[in-house]
Formats: sequence, C-alpha cells, structure tokens
Amino acid sequence: MKELRLMKGNEAIAEAAIRAGVDGYFGYPITPQSEVLEYLMLEKPEERTGMVVLQAESEVAAINMVYGGAGAGKMVMTSSSSPGISLKQEGITYLAGAELPCMILNVVRGGPGLGTIQPAQSDYFQAVKGGGHGDYRLIVLAPASVQEMYDFVELSFDLAFKYRNPALILSDGAIGQMMEKVEIGEQKARLTDAQVKERCPWATTGKDDNRERNIITSLDLDPNQQEIFNEKLQAKYKVIEENEVRFEEIQTEDAEYLFVAYGTSSRICQKSIQLAREKGIKVGLFRPITLFPFPVERLKELSKKVKGILSVEMSAGQMVEDVKLAVECKVPVEHYGRMGGIIPTPGEVVEALEQKFL
Amino acid sequence: MTEEIIIAGFGGQGVLSMGKIMCYSGIVQGQEVMWMPSYGPEMRGGTANVTVIISDDRISSPIINEFDTAIILNQQSMDKFESTVKPGGTLIYDPNGITRHPERKDINIYRVEAAAEAAKMETTKTFNMIVLGGFLKIKPIVKMENVIAGLKKSLPERYHHMIPVNEKAVKRGTEIVQEVQKV
Repeated sequence: MKELRLMKGNEAIAEAAIRAGVDGYFGYPITPQSEVLEYLMLEKPEERTGMVVLQAESEVAAINMVYGGAGAGKMVMTSSSSPGISLKQEGITYLAGAELPCMILNVVRGGPGLGTIQPAQSDYFQAVKGGGHGDYRLIVLAPASVQEMYDFVELSFDLAFKYRNPALILSDGAIGQMMEKVEIGEQKARLTDAQVKERCPWATTGKDDNRERNIITSLDLDPNQQEIFNEKLQAKYKVIEENEVRFEEIQTEDAEYLFVAYGTSSRICQKSIQLAREKGIKVGLFRPITLFPFPVERLKELSKKVKGILSVEMSAGQMVEDVKLAVECKVPVEHYGRMGGIIPTPGEVVEALEQKFL
Repeated sequence: MTEEIIIAGFGGQGVLSMGKIMCYSGIVQGQEVMWMPSYGPEMRGGTANVTVIISDDRISSPIINEFDTAIILNQQSMDKFESTVKPGGTLIYDPNGITRHPERKDINIYRVEAAAEAAKMETTKTFNMIVLGGFLKIKPIVKMENVIAGLKKSLPERYHHMIPVNEKAVKRGTEIVQEVQKV
C-alpha cells in the first residue's frame, strides 16, 4: 500500500516537488502559500535529493532565478500568491517568449492590490489570458483537492517540458490551507547532466564540439523573424489545445442545469448538487481541470442538453466569459460569485441557481 | 457515513490539533478526511476554529452551511456557531467561561467539563483530548485504537512519551461527558 499522509495543499506541493526530482525552488514568502517554502526549508531537500531551495530577495529575483535554471534545462519552480504573481509577470512573459519549461504556483488570494489574505479566484484572467505582455499562453492546471495539488506538480512539469512552455498551477487559499489525505508517490531521481542534455538539446548546458551555440532569448529585432516565431508559438498553443484538455463531470448524465466551476468552487458545487437534487432540481457539474486549454468541445456538447449554465467562481465573473464563448450563446449562461476573500456556501449557490433559472 | 464537524474556541486550546488527530484517526481506518482552518492574522487568545469532515465517500465542499456536530469551547464560538448546528444535530460544549448556555430546543446538547478535569491531570494541555473523548462517546465515528494510532502519526516523535497521558485524557472525557438535552 502507498504511504498516506495528512497534508496541507501547500505542503503537498512541496513534498511532490522533492519527490518529482525538481532541481530548484526559488520563492519569497506571502500568505496564504508560505508553507511551500517553510516545508521545503524544514525538509532539507538538499540532503534528500540535492534540490536547491532558496528564499530570494524578492519575487522578481525568484522568477528570474527560474529563468536561469530553466535555460539550463533544469526542473525549476516558484510559488507565490496573487500580489507576488503580479510582480513575477515580466519574468513569466520572458519565460514564455524564450520557450522555457518551468512550474509556477499561484495560491490565489483576494485582490485587487494587496487585497486580503483569504481565498479568491480573481486571477483567472491573469492566468489564462496572458498576465504579462505579448501573445503568449501558459498551460494552466486547476487542482480541486490536496491530492491534485500533489499530482499536478509532476503533471505540470511533464507538460512544460513536452511543449517547452511555462506551466501554472492555479490554486487558492482554501486548497493551499486545507488538509486532506494524500497518497505519496515514489521518490524520483533528479536528472543527470547527460539526461538533461538529452531531454533539452536547446538548453545552455555548455557547448561542446558537436553542436552550435544555444541561445536563450525572447528578443528578435527583425519583425519578419519575430512574426515567424509568433506563428510558431501559436501553432504550439493549438497543438496543446488539441491534445491536453482535461476536465471532470459529476452527475451530468441527467442534468437539466449545469454548474461550471474549478478549484474550491467546484468542491462547493458538489455539495450544492446534493442540496439541489434533494429539492428535485437536476443539476450537474462540469469542472475544467485545464483552464488553458479550456475544455471547449465537451462543454459545447453538454450545453445542447441543458436549460441553463451557472458559472460559479470566487470572482466578479471571469471564467464565465470562456463558458459563453464555448457554448456560443446557445443556452443562457449566468455567473454567481463572491469576492474579496469570501467563499460562497453550497446553500447560496443553490439559491443563485433558483433565482437565475427557476 | 459523513460527519461534518466544527470545533471552535480560543487559539492555544488545541482546537486545530484536535481536528488533526480526528483526521489522522479517520485515515487509519480508511476514511476520507478534510481539515479546513479559519486562517488569518490570528494569535494566542484570539478565536480559532476548524471544520473537520470524516466520510466513507469522497468529500465535497470544505465550506458548509450546517454542521452535524459543533464542539464549542468559548462564549464567542457559542454566539457564532450555535445556530449552525443542523436541526437534530449535536452541540458539545465546555461550560467553563460560558455565560450564555445553549438555548436551542431542536438539537442534542452535551457538556464536558474538560477545563476543570484537565486541571486535575498531569498537564492541562490534555484539555483538548478530554473534549475529544467526550465527542467520541457521543459520536463513536472513529475507534479508540485508531485515535491512539492517529495520535502517534500527528505527534512528532519527541512527544511520543506523552501518548499514555493523552490516551488517559481521552478515556476520562468519555467518562465525564453529560447529557443536557436529547431530542
């Protein structure tokens, strides 16, 4: 039997990083994700696997350390919460522009500005529509449990290296702080220098006589070349959209109404389904696991057999725009959400469903 | 079986660790568990509360409207959480420091004089384990042997010599819990 532990979401991320053979973590503390750095410091991964854990002087320094590590083909990551992720945006767009694989964790708190330290989902636009400047996309995974926090670390690195693209785990203060049962995986060895060279022939691993110099940059002053590069990026995002869509459905078979929700909101909606069905309202849940690529096709299919869709988010309504685009306005789509660090209760969500559709 | 519990009291009373021990006990007997603290700029002496869910099935929302059981350890928590117990649910409280006792007529109410009892034990830190014992007497959702196994998992090894004292406290809790009202 596999080892079971009771862990916070933030701790699960940290343990998963060590076990996945991550080479480096660079971070800066901020509530509600400081346990990632704390756990890593306490576990001394430099003794367990040789993994580097460093508290940088700022978020900006941390993301640029990620840029350096990723450029050398290493498995590197950073984590922060909303205001800190905003600080990292310059580095993130440079990573996307230089096509560097890495993992970034955002344990979202309420905003704007310093906002609050309580959970929110108001960084959806920032995560899936860019955040920094330029036409780029991150691969965005949205865990809804502590187990998924653990599992998505390795998954995000696999996808990041497969596509040479930064991956972002979009979590929130609730999943970061809650404890659940976690099944712990095997310890994987960190890649050797030879393995890094094989996996990342583009990386700056030290030039030998057998190849040209590798250059890591996001700059090309020739607009013709820059357009060719942008087209290549867009083609890559299209392949990601075709191949990497992930989602979960709960009680959608006989559903007349549909909740669309990710992360903590999707957990709340599961309880709301139970409450609504006790009242005779047939509702199901569609949970996007990848927010980019957004599960457009399946949602479009489902929309054909329901009377209405309620997008439930801890925000003023962000993902609801993608839901509307996916279903092409063929079925009424409404939003329900709380803001500023307030988590809606399952009862409130059912009331919203009744008010908007019944 | 799904039991949704709120434990609320002062910071430093062991509210959060009581929840953790319940969760570990649930894991030992193969159940799903969830522990969700109220987090914020809290401090010793301030209020602390944690939602614990133990279930045979996948756990849905960590945020809930109504609880099966509320374990209440100070007046502020009584004011805040008495109304959140499901009709027919259970409220367990320590009367120490309580100026307004529970008033609802549609729930089961029990008292466990844990603070007074803890003062008689080797260490008053066993307070939360006495409360846990009281809860388990009323709602035996985890077996005593699994609580001890849970304690072993949640306590760092340097405190393992404290396990017998804690075990004694849990047992004492089961003995002293009193029924106030049954519906």
